Amino acid sequence: MSLKIENLHAKIGDREILKGLNLEIPKGEVHAIMGKNGSGKSTLAKVMAGHPDYEVTGGQVLLDELNLFEMEEPDQRARAGLFVAFQYPMEIPGVTIANFIRAALQARLPEGEELDAVEYYHHLYEKMDMLKIDRKFTSRAVNEGFSGGEKKRCEVLQMAMLNPVYAVLDETDSGLDIDALRIVSEGVNAMRSPERGLLVITHYQRLLDYIVPDVVHVMVDGRIVMSGDKTLAHKLEAEGYDWVEKEILQKA
Amino acid sequence: METKPDLNIDRSVGDFHYDVDYEFDAGIGLSEKTIDYICDVKKDPDWIREFRKEALRKFNSMPMPTNWASHDLDNIVFENIRYYLSQGTQPKRSWDDVPEDVKRTFERLGIPEQERKFLAGVEAQFDSEAAYSNIKAAVGEQGVIFVGSTEGLHNHPEIFKKWFGKVIPTGDNKFSALNSAVFSGGSFIYIPPGVKVKHPLQAYFRINAENFGQFERTLIIADEGSEVMYMEGCTAPKFETSTLHSAVVELVALKGAKIQYITVQNWSANVFNLVTKRGLAHEEAEIKWIDCNIGSRLTMKYPGVIMKGRKARGEVISIALAGDGQHQDTGAKMVHAADETTSNIVSKSISLGSGRSTYRGLVQIGRHLKGCKNNTECDALLINTESRTDTYPAITVRGKENACQHEASVSKISAEQIFYMQQRGISEAAAMSLAVNGFVNDLVQQFPMEYSVELKRLIDLEMEGSVG
Ligand SMILES: Nc1ncnc2c1ncn2[C@@H]1O[C@H](COP(=O)(O)OP(=O)(O)O)[C@@H](O)[C@H]1O
Ligand SMILES: [Mg+2]
Repeated sequence: MSLKIENLHAKIGDREILKGLNLEIPKGEVHAIMGKNGSGKSTLAKVMAGHPDYEVTGGQVLLDELNLFEMEEPDQRARAGLFVAFQYPMEIPGVTIANFIRAALQARLPEGEELDAVEYYHHLYEKMDMLKIDRKFTSRAVNEGFSGGEKKRCEVLQMAMLNPVYAVLDETDSGLDIDALRIVSEGVNAMRSPERGLLVITHYQRLLDYIVPDVVHVMVDGRIVMSGDKTLAHKLEAEGYDWVEKEILQKA
Repeated sequence: METKPDLNIDRSVGDFHYDVDYEFDAGIGLSEKTIDYICDVKKDPDWIREFRKEALRKFNSMPMPTNWASHDLDNIVFENIRYYLSQGTQPKRSWDDVPEDVKRTFERLGIPEQERKFLAGVEAQFDSEAAYSNIKAAVGEQGVIFVGSTEGLHNHPEIFKKWFGKVIPTGDNKFSALNSAVFSGGSFIYIPPGVKVKHPLQAYFRINAENFGQFERTLIIADEGSEVMYMEGCTAPKFETSTLHSAVVELVALKGAKIQYITVQNWSANVFNLVTKRGLAHEEAEIKWIDCNIGSRLTMKYPGVIMKGRKARGEVISIALAGDGQHQDTGAKMVHAADETTSNIVSKSISLGSGRSTYRGLVQIGRHLKGCKNNTECDALLINTESRTDTYPAITVRGKENACQHEASVSKISAEQIFYMQQRGISEAAAMSLAVNGFVNDLVQQFPMEYSVELKRLIDLEMEGSVG
């Protein structure tokens, strides 16, 4: 059982961003993708989620046995078990966090079944306490007027509530100070489970001291060009991405 | 829900239609003959016949207000419309007596059930006339009158004549003139001094026929210190051709009386909905319009309150939802004509797809007045980029000792935001409903429970429809 990305090609407008990307995250593992700005990391997350601006021009993604692209709507993919914590989460005016997450959970129930409100709030508060999010946030509009760090915590809160089978966390560390980084990482680590696969996208090695990955991948220009264990992250931090590019050239 | 072979069902609650035999039909087009036909069927007194004919002359002489309003008005073909259709002028007092072909429509809309559950009285209008009208015995015993306009003018002429056409003169606008010429149906309500009607009175307006115009006329008089809540609902099936709904509603709140008038309309997208609503509030009286406009092709409606007595209060709370291809042109009029009068306008509009919302507000405070206050808040929500919204507030405050406050905001829900919500597992339609319900939530809180549930359901249906 895995999240398996095979030879994925995708473009936005006329511009090809993903150029034959291969990656497999077995259930129970945590993988990290590192890569320079603009290498296509966020594009990968959005393409899998079904963002309407991108066109998939080749390849496939298998979520366990399910072909992700056979599910047209982003919400179908989400209900099938895919979660993306976005690099830039959207603000949703007028929709409170409590109502938003509740609607998302309700959408997963069979027709005619109602979410138990008491149990829901109990569960929500528990997760909020864990992520040290003030309970007052339940009645605030989703991400509206939140600081960068608050937005990222709110993404992790949603993940914790929705219990995805596979989750992609796109630069969840950016905008976090060191305390927040620790809290959020604990929240993510609490989600590690043999029943779940996690893909952590980051720019900095720093996050990977807190969320220790099983495998680290390096992305260059829309492809995974190198994979290794957690020491690869340290090497990247020390030597820079130029080193990766040189290595590839040598191999070629 | 039962299904019958002669029925065309659609997703939307009101979009169904049964064939009905009409006993009375004024035919197509509008002339003095049409008016004579209506007067004969209704056995109108001479002054009403004359009133109608005078109104027809005014209607014919007035131009379409396209110098400021939508040019879509020019697409109304008055010669193609049927102005009067009924199975008789006497509403039934029991649902058992309502003809089967009409009754099943109201049953399907849930009216008899709502009546049993929470209403003090119901009038159910089918095309031109009420098919059913009744109030609970206990309410009748308090001296409350709740009948149709025809019955009002026949049986209670002393009250009717005193106020009819006084709040909204025939020539107020072209459509109030049209209504005055051919009005039929609507409610006549009188609440005696000091009587507080506990449960709402409800009218339901149903258009069933194609190429038809519905012109109900409602007059509500709340005598000193009385209180009443009136609610109206409206639906029509979706026809290929356009349908016209043009009502006139006049409210009179005498000293210290309170009237709350709630509308939840759900017209199909072929209906021109051109309605004039105004209330006259005497000393310390309070008139509150709660107006929810969903559906229709073009709605033009600006409920107003004339605050005639000291310390009178006027309020308009409106929610307008303009779906694809629809135009909601709504607003409010507040005329302060006495000291220490206060008014409040809260308008929320939602535009979807190519839908368009317009807000027009008018606040007038006389120069010689003191201590008057108006608060206007007008918020628009645009869902996707094609939508448009316009705001035309006109505030005329004369005199230094009065205060006006005006706030406006525009929020947007983009495809990107919908995508974000969908990524959490929420369908596109549910995501839009969530955004819309969040936007109107503070207003919906003011509704009676049953109506907020109904409104929420209508919003959900409209969103499902817009996703296709
Ligand atoms: N709307 C767009 N139109 C054209 N190019 C875009 C658009 N959005 C992103 N890109 C380009 O796609 C590339 C990959 O972007 P992104 O996936 O955000 O990279 P990363 O997350 O790795 O920093 C970048 O070169 C970026 O400029
Ligand atoms: Mg990125």
